[in-house]
Amino acid sequence: MEKSIKKYFPIFALPTMVAFTLGFIVPFIMGIYLSFCEFTTITDAKFVGLKNYIRIFSDSTFTHALWFTALFTVVSVLAINVLAFAIAMLLTKGIRGTNAFRTVFFMPNLIGGIVLGYIWQILLNGILEHFGKTLTYSASYGFWGLVILMCWQQIGYMMIIYISGIQNIPGELIEAAKIDGATAPQVLRYVTIPMVMPSITICTFLTLTNSFKLFDQNLALTAGEPSNNSQMLALNIFETFYSRTGWEGAGQAKAVIFFIIVAVIAVAQNRITRSKEVQQ
Amino acid sequence: MAKNTDNQVSAVRRAKHGWLLTLIFTVIAVLWLYPIFLVVINAVKKKAFITREPFALPDERSFFGLKNFVSGIEKTNFFSAMGNSVIITVGSVIVIIICTAMCAWYINRVKGKLSSAMYTACLFAMIVPFQMVMFSLSKLANMMHLSNPIGIIVVYLGFGAGQAVFMFSGFVKSIPLEIEEAAMIDGCTPLQTFFQIVFPIMKPTTITVAILEAMWIWNDYLLPYLVLDLKKYKTIPIVIQYLKGGYGAVDWGTMMAMLVLAIIPIIIFYAACQKYIIEGVVAGAVKG
Repeated sequence: MEKSIKKYFPIFALPTMVAFTLGFIVPFIMGIYLSFCEFTTITDAKFVGLKNYIRIFSDSTFTHALWFTALFTVVSVLAINVLAFAIAMLLTKGIRGTNAFRTVFFMPNLIGGIVLGYIWQILLNGILEHFGKTLTYSASYGFWGLVILMCWQQIGYMMIIYISGIQNIPGELIEAAKIDGATAPQVLRYVTIPMVMPSITICTFLTLTNSFKLFDQNLALTAGEPSNNSQMLALNIFETFYSRTGWEGAGQAKAVIFFIIVAVIAVAQNRITRSKEVQQ
Repeated sequence: MAKNTDNQVSAVRRAKHGWLLTLIFTVIAVLWLYPIFLVVINAVKKKAFITREPFALPDERSFFGLKNFVSGIEKTNFFSAMGNSVIITVGSVIVIIICTAMCAWYINRVKGKLSSAMYTACLFAMIVPFQMVMFSLSKLANMMHLSNPIGIIVVYLGFGAGQAVFMFSGFVKSIPLEIEEAAMIDGCTPLQTFFQIVFPIMKPTTITVAILEAMWIWNDYLLPYLVLDLKKYKTIPIVIQYLKGGYGAVDWGTMMAMLVLAIIPIIIFYAACQKYIIEGVVAGAVKG
């Protein structure tokens, strides 16, 4: 059977492999190479060694964006997961209207980042106006604005995953714990949370990478204002490429650092939470 | 997997104060929808009233009818952008599903260095952020004349292949080989075996992949912004961002109206496929 399928390689595998090579592998390898070059377009690249990498660490907008992004990621991952888990716990108690609530909470997730950014800009600026401020008054307004926006967008998605995790816990397990005299917090701590660990793994992974790579929402909500102080890493890289002449190489070097950080976070996070999962 | 929220677990645990929770959640749900309501009421207000009193309902002083919609549609050529978004999203999702499903089946059935290299590369591609490839990818796409709504489908297939192949592979591994062998012995060619036997079995994964890719591509801003020839083709997120123009002067009237038009197709899609979307998200999370 394997042999006869193999003859069909050009039909089955080739289209995806060609597109994947052009759309991912070649740009990725070129991206690494270009980070060691000076260039304005891909045909005039001149090798300059580590110059770009040295340059980006003396660029204060980059280090600022890095810390801003890191802090934002920590706050939003905690907020989204705690709230989504709490809502999921309450919505699995079998109250009336559960399905309607689920539908409503999930809905914002389908709206794209650019549209979300402008929706929240009008809302938050409307509230801040009463205090004579705007979202771009200082970076911390932009920061909390983004946290609120991300909660609104992502809580529903994570809630759906947590609900399915909680529903998969065998009822006898919780009954047994209660008969043995466990209090509600003890059931949560020693039964529910260990049993939904796979959901926690996937939800922290998704929120971590979504928050760290955030671009559209950042662009639409504050566009990095005031003076790049609410700029996150992805937007900083974009502006380095397209708004500063002569900085393309530095932009690419930032992108390589960005990729390495995302990869390390993804792998480390997966290791840590997977090791806490119990065998079922 | 339990799909019904009223399964026996929750029946046992049914809350004593259920009605109170329902009440609290009703209030939260109303607040949850308020941002959308706010956009809708402001879309029919004169622009001077939007920034000054955004929370006020439209009255005879501020009511502007559909004029924001009319001027916004003219200024942005909104329906052409919507057409492009539809072509790109539907085209890419169909192409991604057919190509990556076939590829995933192939690399799982024909073992070898190339197959395992492809699988590893797909895993790897899932963690690479777009910024890493954005510059060289957009230049390459321009050089290969892919800067139009049909060409960009190839770019989406290439950049989106990683996750899709990975998810289809997960499913192919669970299909018993005997079914396919029986079909081949009965004289099916690999193409017939795939499209008549394997592809129909894959339906749950196909729905998951379709939903996840559609959500991504419909809302994607940066990739089409960099790849498309913007003088000729724009998508919905691109025209919304264009309305902002330079710094400062945003016409919030047309902005609100265009936000409403951008949200309407999403609400319709959600209302029509809600069940599949939610199941797709759960299934995608478990496998991803």
